[in-house]
Amino acid sequence: MSANRDWDSQPPFIHPDYKSTQLRGPTKPLVPIAQSLSELTGPVYGHDTLGDLDADLTRNARVNGEPLGERIIVAGRVVDEDDRPIPHTLVEIWQCNAAGRYVHEVDQHEAPLDPNFLGAGRCVTDENGRYEFRSIKPGAYPWRNHHNAWRPNHIHLSLFGASFVSRLVTQLYFPGDPLFEFDPIFNGVPEGARDRMVAQFDLGLTEPEFALGYNFDIVLRGPRATPMED
Amino acid sequence: MKRGQTPSQTVGPFFAYGLVPEQYNYSFTSIADGQMVDDTTEGQRIRILGHVYDGAGDLVPDAIIEIWQANSHGRYNHPADSRKDNLLDPDFKGFGRMGTGTTPDNRFVFDTIKPGSVDGAQAPHLNVVVLMRGILLHAYTRIYFSDEGEANAADAVLSSVPDERRETLIARRDVELPGRVYRFDIHMQGDRETVFFDV
Ligand SMILES: [Fe+3]
Repeated sequence: MSANRDWDSQPPFIHPDYKSTQLRGPTKPLVPIAQSLSELTGPVYGHDTLGDLDADLTRNARVNGEPLGERIIVAGRVVDEDDRPIPHTLVEIWQCNAAGRYVHEVDQHEAPLDPNFLGAGRCVTDENGRYEFRSIKPGAYPWRNHHNAWRPNHIHLSLFGASFVSRLVTQLYFPGDPLFEFDPIFNGVPEGARDRMVAQFDLGLTEPEFALGYNFDIVLRGPRATPMED
Repeated sequence: MKRGQTPSQTVGPFFAYGLVPEQYNYSFTSIADGQMVDDTTEGQRIRILGHVYDGAGDLVPDAIIEIWQANSHGRYNHPADSRKDNLLDPDFKGFGRMGTGTTPDNRFVFDTIKPGSVDGAQAPHLNVVVLMRGILLHAYTRIYFSDEGEANAADAVLSSVPDERRETLIARRDVELPGRVYRFDIHMQGDRETVFFDV
């Protein structure tokens, strides 16, 4: 059995400061259902899914040189709410480049593209739930939610975890970002849970002469305290 | 030690080159797309065709839909489903993923097989995750089939849904189109708001 979404940790569907939620978030109450095999199974993607450079965004899209920007290492553990590792599970990431520009053709922000940086990657956790990416620190970028709206630096992450109910799509932020207090996406999450989305600088992960290290653990929904009958 | 869940955040508008790069012609490989079967897959071929609408009735061009389903014997390709009486079709993963941004009418299309009943009690269904710019967390729904009336009537999940909203979970066979095509539109809000589950 898997624990339910914890509504003290998760954002609501409609958060008016994030304008698009007003026409896109469901308005009717969610219908609770008992968990069956349909919810307690989920897609399995292992190491055979990965290309050699998939976890190294500083190298997986090089054309004629190094990507520009500050190199980073992002690593951590994927665990459940009881701190048990989730081994062999897929972690997918995507992000903008150091200048705050996404490769995506809908991104019309007038910042330069980097011919040597795509910003997409994936890896699979090891038997202890550990994952690691190498990348470039993403820049801040403007968006049109409100006047002078800027997104804090962030990396998008997508995980399956052990089953369909542990599915998580989130964003990793960097410590001390001055844009936190102005960002309705970050602040859509209940206050006490926001710091779980902020990576920690880690000198131990930092590689001399190469890249700064950030630690980011990801906690997926774990076992239900009281099992529910099917 | 008890640890708090990592909060969900929106998938944003720029997921395509990370999650469905081949569909959008980016130079990165996709782990999954709308083509969930190949020549060797067992079972009856079906196509699911649909659109996502917002509360103003406008098409959503930056949603991503994920499907998770059992094979034609009602077995999930996952270690937690170890029932030996339901056969595994090892080449059928059961996962599909498609963005709504690559056709003029912003549709999603899944070519797959009709799943078997999972445990004899549940009607054949596809499990669905809906993600898009403009929602901070994904929505769960299910797709049932209009030609499974008897099984649908006995399904516990469908029965737990108020009568007037049950239709939002049922894909309609479109007999005008060649092949076995079902239409399933997702309405985020409004009179026909799709039923989303708390699972
Ligand atoms: Fe972003």
